[in-house]
Amino acid sequence: CGSSVVLLKDTKLMDVKLGQLGSWLAMRDFTPGGILGAIRRGHERYYNKYINVKKGGLGGLSMVLAGYVILSYMWSYSHIKHDRRRKYH
Amino acid sequence: PVPPLPEKGGEVRHGLIPEEFFQFLYPKTGVTGPYMLGTGLLLYLLSKEIYVVNHETAAAACILTVLVYAIKKFGPNVAAFADKLNEEKMASALAMKNDTIQTLQTAIEEEKKEQWRAEGRSYLFDARRNNIAMLLEANYRERLLMVYNEVKKRLDYQVALQNLKRQKEQDHMIQWVEKSVVQSITPQQQKESIAKCILDLKALSKSAHAAV
Repeated sequence: CGSSVVLLKDTKLMDVKLGQLGSWLAMRDFTPGGILGAIRRGHERYYNKYINVKKGGLGGLSMVLAGYVILSYMWSYSHIKHDRRRKYH
Repeated sequence: PVPPLPEKGGEVRHGLIPEEFFQFLYPKTGVTGPYMLGTGLLLYLLSKEIYVVNHETAAAACILTVLVYAIKKFGPNVAAFADKLNEEKMASALAMKNDTIQTLQTAIEEEKKEQWRAEGRSYLFDARRNNIAMLLEANYRERLLMVYNEVKKRLDYQVALQNLKRQKEQDHMIQWVEKSVVQSITPQQQKESIAKCILDLKALSKSAHAAV
């Protein structure tokens, strides 16, 4: 037996121990409905924490933009690779 | 009812990294931990050229400089403006709510007053009843007076009729008696009475002479 604690369906990611990560990942709901639910939950968490407040700050919007920048960089990395200055690192 | 919105959003340091990350690393590495992590990560990315320095980097640097300067300079103004807009919205909504409550309060007051007024209906009805009774009474008395007058007129007529009849009888009888007396004075009696009168006159004149 690998884990001392039984994994329940809705333990949070931060409470999962490192060894249980594989089984936890297998337990998650990967149906389209499940994925949509996960996206909705994530969005609601972010929205209610950073944007839906009385005095919202800069961070709420800038984090989204920074995430977009990093994501677009990752997607176009294979194209940017050709601009490298040294061939061997 | 809907719970009120939280005052401030989650804390974000340097506008990019949430405060939870710093708190997460604080027990193990203290205050400088996340910064060291950031520096090391940056150097690794640069040295392995996972982050390539090209024309886009120069563009990004310029844009970021301008952006940071603009935010530092105009941030508070924009925040104050947005706060003012929010305040106005809240104030107008609150004013509307207060106005509605006020209107309803006055409506309640008016309603209570109307109820109090409705209680006085009995007095109104009493007054009206009295009015009608008085009208009836006046009408009755008027008619009574009329009846009395009419009856009196009839009776007066009868009395006048009787008086007239008696008077006429009296007059007629007097006339008849006079006429019969005058008729009964025969010439014989006339002469006798004239002679008697002359004798009386002589006697009177004698006594008068004597008196003078």
